[in-house]
Amino acid sequence: MADLLIQGINLEPRQLLAPDGTTTPTAGLDLTALHDRLPAMYETMVATRELDEEFVNLQRQGQLALFPSCRGQEAAQVGCASALRDTDWLFPQYRELGAFLVRGIDPGGIGLAWRGTWHGGVGFIERCVGPISIAIGTHALHAVGAAMASTWLADGGVTVAFIGDGATSEGDVHEALNLAAVNQAPCIFYVQNNGWAISTPLTDQYRAPSLAHKAIGYGMPGVRVDGNDVAACYLVVAEAAERARRGAGPTLIEAVTYRLGPHTTSDDPTRYRSDEEVDAWEALDPIDRCRAYLLGSGLWDDSLEERARATAAALRTSLRDAVFDAPDGSVAELFDHVFVEPTPVLVAQRAELLAELGREV
Amino acid sequence: MTMVQAIGAALHDAMEADDRVVVFGEDVGRQGGVFRVTDGLRSTFGKQRCFDTPLAESAIVGAAVGMAIRGFRPVPEIQFDGFTYPAFDQIVTHLAKYRSRTRGLVNMPVTLRVPSFGGIGSPEHHSESTETYWAHTAGLKVVVPSTPSDAYSLLRDSIELDDPVVFLEPKRRYWAREDVERGKRTEPIGKAAVRRAGDTVTVVTYGGLVVTALEAAAVAHDEHGWDLEIIDLRSLVPLDFDTVAASVVKTGRCVVLHEGPRTLGMGAELAARVQEELFWNLEAPVLRATGFDTPYPPARLESIWLPGVDRLLDTVERSLTYDHA
Repeated sequence: MADLLIQGINLEPRQLLAPDGTTTPTAGLDLTALHDRLPAMYETMVATRELDEEFVNLQRQGQLALFPSCRGQEAAQVGCASALRDTDWLFPQYRELGAFLVRGIDPGGIGLAWRGTWHGGVGFIERCVGPISIAIGTHALHAVGAAMASTWLADGGVTVAFIGDGATSEGDVHEALNLAAVNQAPCIFYVQNNGWAISTPLTDQYRAPSLAHKAIGYGMPGVRVDGNDVAACYLVVAEAAERARRGAGPTLIEAVTYRLGPHTTSDDPTRYRSDEEVDAWEALDPIDRCRAYLLGSGLWDDSLEERARATAAALRTSLRDAVFDAPDGSVAELFDHVFVEPTPVLVAQRAELLAELGREV
Repeated sequence: MTMVQAIGAALHDAMEADDRVVVFGEDVGRQGGVFRVTDGLRSTFGKQRCFDTPLAESAIVGAAVGMAIRGFRPVPEIQFDGFTYPAFDQIVTHLAKYRSRTRGLVNMPVTLRVPSFGGIGSPEHHSESTETYWAHTAGLKVVVPSTPSDAYSLLRDSIELDDPVVFLEPKRRYWAREDVERGKRTEPIGKAAVRRAGDTVTVVTYGGLVVTALEAAAVAHDEHGWDLEIIDLRSLVPLDFDTVAASVVKTGRCVVLHEGPRTLGMGAELAARVQEELFWNLEAPVLRATGFDTPYPPARLESIWLPGVDRLLDTVERSLTYDHA
């Protein structure tokens, strides 16, 4: 694939696996080094796709209030998260189901956020993952602060902020990129450019040659990678993480991918994009691509597919068990977490609400 | 020492006591802060623990959230009250809510220092009363010292607290002097102080206006024979309503004094609480001596706009002459 260098950043996304599963010879990245990791990544991508479907089903059944599907972005998420250590901190937006599964976050804890049981979900922090963040791009600053802390603690940690193409327009993301660069923080800004910010296309989002090119203004490396190529995403993140760990500072990565589903279960994408566009991206499916490579390279065996489906089935069951007709949380708990010790006002209001409930019951 | 020096001493002592305490913000490192509050901290503790940030207030607070997640105790400074607005989202959306969002797993031991309020002839956006925004936001403690020794003690307490604190420093008292015993703690956060005992009218205030209230009380005593009881709230969240209530039970009259606009200010909250809980103790409505519902005025108008001794005494007189018929 021809280079399209603009200001030293290649507009052509880095790619190891072509859409048909053959390798891309000009990539300059060593694919064989990844052979022991690819089967596990395939398994997690399949599990992500299936669990994503289960979330949508549960929303349709009225068990969840809302769900933002990550369908189509599995390679971008699984490739990135798989290239990191379990102790590296991740700060997600809300669509990062693939990264959550790499970290072993319990699907039920994710489901409780979308059921409306607890904001942010449950079980994230324990896995060095920030809670689901609805406010777009604001968590990028938390990632920079956490990365600066990693430097001070000398723990060799890398922190990743997962943001989208829409988030790159937010002021907080600008402040985060600049602060990270100034401090040479061990931080990776991982932009999943999925084509759409709800209904807003890329043409209304930025004028830079690419989102990776924004890195130039901050004085950090910028890389475009094929976000539907799990191997390329893995290696680009591994490179950035290695740079960060040796003190060479942050990297801005743009993973070019596509949101095959609606923004959320409440969205109707037929209002703003064509079926032809979606079909073109369906043909670039990241899971099919990985399977084709595994088949062609002799890494495949049928037990891998069986294992992937079994893992997915177990996760689906776990999610259903956790959220189906799940009891609501306790309103008292709302008051308990505001401060370490509740103020007199909170104590009084908590008692007031409980008394009100007592009268109603 | 001055209040500036007392706050600087508190930062120094807190950094010495706990190496997880980090101080940062605009011009706090090399310069030692535009008010010199952080003078010497960088040379004493190094540029990792006291550093300058880019000019980006949202980044200052957002990064503090990330540092707190990783176990540090950040003490960021926002250079002036009006510059907290660019950081509003991080303060309200994240700093205040992170503990709740993580179901109590992650505390936010962040103390956000903000040189605040008016009275020193500053340009636009340098004299704002922001306390209502923070007091209205669940999850933030709001502390406002009025004396150097209290500033020292309350700041040490704030930094040691595992909850986020917005620490509003009254700029107009920055150069007030008092003997401050380092290491000594006054009353804890959440306890109001009765700065002057009296039984005629309760005056509730905080921060820079505590001195104004005491001046008014002296005039009231000398010229009218009124004994005003002056309550310095010290913290708005938690609010020490018990101290206010005990005073109002005694006096039957209450005036709230604050700089910020009247509508939905602390005066509104205190008036509501007092009438809800002490209706039959009241001899007159709770009244407010405050700034007005206008933008903060340009420097040459601020002495007219700000509530001072005269406006407070007029309000006290209205309380005392309230006609029940």
